[in-house]
Amino acid sequence: MELSPNHLPELAQDVVKRALAAGATDAECTIEEGDEFSANVRMREIENLKEAGSRGAGLRILIGRKTGASYTSDLSPEGIALMVRSAIELADITTEDPHAGLPDPDEFGAIPGDLGLYSPDVEALDTELKIDTAKRAEEAALSADPRIVNSEGASFDTHVGRHIFANSRGFSGQYRSSYCSLSTVPVARDGDSMERDYWYTMARGFAGLESPEHVGRTAARRALQRLNPVKVDTQKVPVVFEPRTARTLLDNLFEAVHGMSIYRHESFLAGKLGEKVASEDLTVVDDSTVPGLFGTSPFDDEGVPSRRTVVIERGVLKSYLLNTYAARKLGMKTTGNASRGLTGNAGIGHGNFFIQKGVQTPEQIIAAIPDGFYVTELMGFGVNIVTGDYSRGAAGLWIRNGELAFAVSEVTIAGNLKEMLLGLETIGSDLEFRGSVAAPTLKIGEMTVGGK
Amino acid sequence: MQFSESIFATRFNLSRQDLENYLADALSQGGDYADLYFEYLLTSSISIDESIVKSAAQGVSMGVGVRVISGERTGYAYSDDLSPEKIRKAARVAAHIAAGPSKVDKFDLCEGAHHNLYPVLTAPTETAFSERVELVKRADRAARAYDHRVFQVQASYADNLRLVLVATSEGVLTLDRQPLARLSVAALARQDGGTPQRGHAGGGGRVELDFFLKEKTPEHFAAEAAREAVTMLDAVDAPAGEMTVVLGPGWPGILLHEAVGHGLEADFNRKGISAFSGRIGQKVASELCTVIDDGTISSRRGSLNVDDEGHATQRNVLIENGVLRGYLQDKLSSTLLNSESTGSGRRESYAHIPMPRMTNTFMLAGESEPADIIRSVPKGLYCANFGGGQVDITSGNFVFSASESYLIEDGKLTRPVRNATLIGNGPEALKYVSMVGNDLRLDEGIGVCGKEGQSVPVGVGIPTIKIDRMTVGGTA
Repeated sequence: MELSPNHLPELAQDVVKRALAAGATDAECTIEEGDEFSANVRMREIENLKEAGSRGAGLRILIGRKTGASYTSDLSPEGIALMVRSAIELADITTEDPHAGLPDPDEFGAIPGDLGLYSPDVEALDTELKIDTAKRAEEAALSADPRIVNSEGASFDTHVGRHIFANSRGFSGQYRSSYCSLSTVPVARDGDSMERDYWYTMARGFAGLESPEHVGRTAARRALQRLNPVKVDTQKVPVVFEPRTARTLLDNLFEAVHGMSIYRHESFLAGKLGEKVASEDLTVVDDSTVPGLFGTSPFDDEGVPSRRTVVIERGVLKSYLLNTYAARKLGMKTTGNASRGLTGNAGIGHGNFFIQKGVQTPEQIIAAIPDGFYVTELMGFGVNIVTGDYSRGAAGLWIRNGELAFAVSEVTIAGNLKEMLLGLETIGSDLEFRGSVAAPTLKIGEMTVGGK
Repeated sequence: MQFSESIFATRFNLSRQDLENYLADALSQGGDYADLYFEYLLTSSISIDESIVKSAAQGVSMGVGVRVISGERTGYAYSDDLSPEKIRKAARVAAHIAAGPSKVDKFDLCEGAHHNLYPVLTAPTETAFSERVELVKRADRAARAYDHRVFQVQASYADNLRLVLVATSEGVLTLDRQPLARLSVAALARQDGGTPQRGHAGGGGRVELDFFLKEKTPEHFAAEAAREAVTMLDAVDAPAGEMTVVLGPGWPGILLHEAVGHGLEADFNRKGISAFSGRIGQKVASELCTVIDDGTISSRRGSLNVDDEGHATQRNVLIENGVLRGYLQDKLSSTLLNSESTGSGRRESYAHIPMPRMTNTFMLAGESEPADIIRSVPKGLYCANFGGGQVDITSGNFVFSASESYLIEDGKLTRPVRNATLIGNGPEALKYVSMVGNDLRLDEGIGVCGKEGQSVPVGVGIPTIKIDRMTVGGTA
């Protein structure tokens, strides 16, 4: 394995030492370095090319139980000196917090082995190949059907980065990561009806991507199926979330098991540990250890090893997701979910956060519904984690007699997450990781569709 | 500020000749147009939670973005290292979007005069932290003191000072110093161990710290957040389906931002993918509606002296008496559409390509008394405050979420209702506006607009308006 060809890990340790010398009792330094490339094509022509590299450093210090934080994109000696001074200065205005501090000494570490986060082929890709891959995806969409009349384009993006973390308790770690992604957004028209949709593929290396033709055809099919939508009457019906929209329910669930929301009592799941909160078919796992996935890392942003945490097991709430601070507030242990940008106190993030798959195919789920709504798109921010109230804009297809019958748009779906979790009737078998949050098709027994 | 006195000249030793050389590098492969966007950004933030000031952070970032346009193509590269070799490298990378001999050999950079919309002598970012930390402490105390049912308060304060320099191959050389500050408060209230409810409020602008001491104090925002949380304790289920909706003045102007604003950005229209494409001169709203996007309002969050392409901002009429008048243009779209920039080219930072964006978007006041508007509704929903919104510019469908709303029964506001999303279609929704109040109000200065992964600060505003038909996404 290649060890640091650059000086950044040493720089991070040096920043920590400087902070201690300046009066900090503890310090944590994060350094990020990355190269990005992006090619956009539209209507078969290059629209833009973007290429750049950047890096930055962040510092968080404690003086006793008071904290201060700073960051800089200037890694010169003057820039680093200013960053250290800035963090120390800020500890003066924060308040003593009995729960503030680094993880306990026995909690530091990293999981060993190659986690498959970095693929060298991403850096070696030829610019022409990247442009051509985007063009092929868009072409596949444009030529899929005469009603695909326009396009917002296609893009091919790559990112290669290095993450470095060091603290005053002797932890020092780093890892490299890469990804590439391909997406396209065709526009379909039929008379006065104009609709767009998208499809994408993302992988740690080029070889892991779906073919450009598959991406283009899938995007085209999705845009076409939305044409000539109907606004249905307001009614209560079963609602099926396809994987792309089902995933957003997991985003909501993550907010609800987020340790900070729990200790502040601003989650409808606060205080519900050990209770039945969902249908017994539902098992939700957070696992940052699966090689190659997008939520995988050797250690979290406090230097605690990544792990697998069962959040909901057969409908029973088993664990919140915690960093050191939230764990101390709740009298628990960190679950290794600390997450931060360059600076500031650690927040909480998920690893690979997913619903364990069930046995029924999406076709079987739909076939069992006489009248219902199959949701392919959600809009807006109408989810209140404090109360569980859920109300979002939606588009999709109407299910009639077990079949997808016609397009629906300009409607809302509403309910309450507490009841939606308990009312999960069927969990599909079609689990797929297209990002760090993944869910199969889900059917909820009844929600209110707001329309005419 | 003169170029020679700017940080870019004094600290980074940039000269006009350097800028001209970098532009020449950028156009060395035959591009039609190039610009340089230098940015030096200072940020600070402070937050309080459980009456403990738990975090305070400050930072500095800097960089330069080089853009080259060749026909419809854009090449972009940036560097966070302002050394001459790194800037030249970025210029040469961006240059490769074109292929051919250089068409330009001489630049004559000229510093033009522009607006002075935020004459802030000392930016909040330049004041002592000991003064700024008091804002969140006062907000915390005031929200808790508002009502005994308030049991959790979080307040956060953030400011930044952005220094920018734009130099273009058309000879524009502009500098701007852009201060921005915001205070926000979230409160949770609970009654007798029941379900908690949340309220939030916040505001700011391109202002001095004094704004928070004299005009909009921490106590003002704290009381708003606490009042909303306490009000929601009595909320009943929101209704579902089509009904008459009355929007209160101020932040509910987010309706305009989503329903028409994004759909009128010139890039979408140039490409023919907006629901408003090709509709200039057509009626897209009731004749009571005149919608403006104005980047020149003094001290506002969405205002800019110059846009991020070095073009002066201006007041743009989007819809006049219901008729669609114009699009929001940036450099690229206006060139391709044979039009003029409307001063709407914005970007999140030096690492981003500019595109047409809104500034402060609002509807002009009408003649109705707000009380008469409410009185005219036998049954409907009154929305006083909102969370965020979103739009699908191609279908035109948009949503926004009501965070504080009330049932209207027999012309009176009765019960508060739980959060609900409202949905409509951009080119249709404003045709149902049947009354417009005389009480235009701009929001308090908290908006952030996201487009294609780029966030920029914006403002909105609206008088009380009545929409005869809109779909409300409740459960009752």
